[in-house]
Amino acid sequence: MSVAFDEMTNADGSIRAAYTALSRWLSDVPPDVLDMRRKEAEFIFRRIGITFAVYGDSDAQERLIPFDIIPRILTGTEWRRLSRGLEQRVKALNLYLKDIYSRREILKAGVVPEDLVYQNPAFRPEMNGQKVPHDLYVHIAGIDVVRVDAETFYVLEDNARTPSGVSYMLENREIMMRLFPELFADNRVAPVENYTDELLATLKSLAPASSSSDPAVVVLTPGIYNSAYYEHSFLADKLGVELVEGRDLFVRNDIVYMRTTEGPRRVDVIYRRLDDDFLDPLAFRPDSALGVPGLMSAYNAGNVTLTNAVGTGVADDKAVYSYMPDIIRFYLGEEPLLKNVPTWRCREADHLKYVLDHLSELVVKEVHGSGGYGMLIGPRADKAQIELFRAKLKQDPTNFIAQPTLALSTCPTFVEEGIAPRHVDLRPFVLTGADKVRIVPGGLTRVALEAGSLVVNSSQGGGTKDTWVLEES
Amino acid sequence: MLSRTADNLYWLARYMERADCLARILDVTQRLAQLPAAYGGSTNEWRSALLTAGCAEQYKAVHGDEVTEQNVINFLAFAPENPSSIRNCFEIARTNARSVRTALTMEMWETINSSWLELKRYSTKNMTREELARFMSFVKETSLRFDGAAYRTMLRNDAFWFSRVGMYVERADNTARILDVKYHVLLPDSEHIGGPLDYFQWASILRSVSALTSFHWVYRESVKPWLVADLLILNAQMPRSLTSCYQNITRYLDDIANYYGRQGSSQRLARSTLTRLGNSRMEDIFQTGLHEYIDSFVTENNRLGSLVNEQYLL
Repeated sequence: MSVAFDEMTNADGSIRAAYTALSRWLSDVPPDVLDMRRKEAEFIFRRIGITFAVYGDSDAQERLIPFDIIPRILTGTEWRRLSRGLEQRVKALNLYLKDIYSRREILKAGVVPEDLVYQNPAFRPEMNGQKVPHDLYVHIAGIDVVRVDAETFYVLEDNARTPSGVSYMLENREIMMRLFPELFADNRVAPVENYTDELLATLKSLAPASSSSDPAVVVLTPGIYNSAYYEHSFLADKLGVELVEGRDLFVRNDIVYMRTTEGPRRVDVIYRRLDDDFLDPLAFRPDSALGVPGLMSAYNAGNVTLTNAVGTGVADDKAVYSYMPDIIRFYLGEEPLLKNVPTWRCREADHLKYVLDHLSELVVKEVHGSGGYGMLIGPRADKAQIELFRAKLKQDPTNFIAQPTLALSTCPTFVEEGIAPRHVDLRPFVLTGADKVRIVPGGLTRVALEAGSLVVNSSQGGGTKDTWVLEES
Repeated sequence: MLSRTADNLYWLARYMERADCLARILDVTQRLAQLPAAYGGSTNEWRSALLTAGCAEQYKAVHGDEVTEQNVINFLAFAPENPSSIRNCFEIARTNARSVRTALTMEMWETINSSWLELKRYSTKNMTREELARFMSFVKETSLRFDGAAYRTMLRNDAFWFSRVGMYVERADNTARILDVKYHVLLPDSEHIGGPLDYFQWASILRSVSALTSFHWVYRESVKPWLVADLLILNAQMPRSLTSCYQNITRYLDDIANYYGRQGSSQRLARSTLTRLGNSRMEDIFQTGLHEYIDSFVTENNRLGSLVNEQYLL
């Protein structure tokens, strides 16, 4: 593996333009001051209760995601290029979903194989021919992006179901502004705090035709034991809308109501942070106690908008991912602005053979996996792990894809031994409303805190950073 | 507002108030139990602490008939098997607070969350007396901070009113139960009046509702049992008296009713309880029986809780 691209320091030791002011500041500030501010940040996070739960870890029911106080910086030019690519990608995702749940032109044209849709557990036949407002399915997308050199960004993953992490983008900025006001005087950082206003505008634009002029929006959470509960309550609070659980809602005559102290009140738009499976026990999993009986029938009647729409998972698994460049070309007639990581689909015999022959060089992922679970990182795995995956691959090849290990870019990070480069990725959030697409400049930067590690997932010990987009003036 | 949110706010306030009351009960009991027997000190105090806290049954299920200081303290302060231990009160309060974070101000949340974090430092068995004293003042400070944060930072809307109603319903219940467990020492009994034996009991009742100083300001007399009863039941100046609690409950339930534009059964019951308190005189209460009077108050207060629940929280 080649030496990774560092976003602050060039190979010759010179500092990249975006980081000039930061680098000067880093060399001036004494390490104990940094350490003090880091502790202060942690204290604030814990007091505010910005925690997440790790499933299967009862001791650490509420953990903090480590926060790194050194920001990750992009120039305005880099950002504009990136955001054009993101917009293009989400547009294609929406067109793809509309097609899949109606005419299926793309399957007829043989661009995407049929079984990727029909055999896909996230495919929802209930959505066939179902009209959704403005033909939009993915209203809130989190597109994971990595960088490998000064010019190149790759999309690593599309998250079109219920992407999380935006509360960290917002809270990280708040904390940075509180701890390091002097840095914001030296750098012109584009604000992100308008995200929740943009989100509210997006959600309201998607209200069903039958709703009143001021549609009632709610955030639907699985409850306090969900790993992202903090984020759900944070968003509801900033949006100024009710945070509801399934039991707070009921359906009568295909209209959704919430139970309030003043009796039932109609609900028009549900920003749901609950998976399809759990939404409605009458339509999906009958054992779901988290959902709302009858919700799907209200949805089918067009009396409520669910964001994101039901069935978007058929567009964001890792097998479909590998077709995204073709999907973009098919619907938009444009070349993808953001690259895809080259991907071997183990479902295809020749790809599988290549993967099996090169397991020690590749990253192997489950098609439906997430959170960094159930993956093999070839170069870091021992023999036993590789053999285990070889067996898994042979047994169920369609369940896996493989990618080369990318040299993810690094950013200076404050760790035990001082300031050192660590690998990062980026999750910007793309909002698609009836009126327009909105992307606030920035996103969630995740950082692998262990030296050399490429796994940035918070469930696997990754941390986060504030992400800055610099305005030119 | 969501019914579940109102329910959570109501119970959150109740649990914070209950924790405060438990801390006072423990405080006072320890004080009394340390007195020499001639001044009324006795080991029975720990038993009556359990009764006041309404936990005698649960205690028996865990510890049997043996009532010891250490066991009672652990049970009332920390025991996970006691649903109303101070620890559980804080735990439930925080769980409730997490699920209604959007309805709390940052200051309220921070109070609850930081106390819950701090509580973990105390959760040891067999505390020394000094540790216990520190713990009690921590609990009392927490409830003061929570109350103050709510009062100073919340919008005056239904969220505030529901949490106030919860607090006062709980407070009325606590005051009534303190009186009920100790009512025998308040009965006018010529043999004991002025004797040292009961003086400390009366003083301890006042102390448990932090009213010993107030008593002297209000009555400008030495502590007399009927005056103690008067202060805690009828005197509207006393913030923990039943009358004061019901003035507040009535007021906040009316605020809710006006806001929603509809009166209901809980408003009617609160008003009739307040009227009844207003028409009571201490002589009559003693005549008909202090115990009966308090007993029927506790029943009515519980009924109010159910009515609020039916009217708004389901």
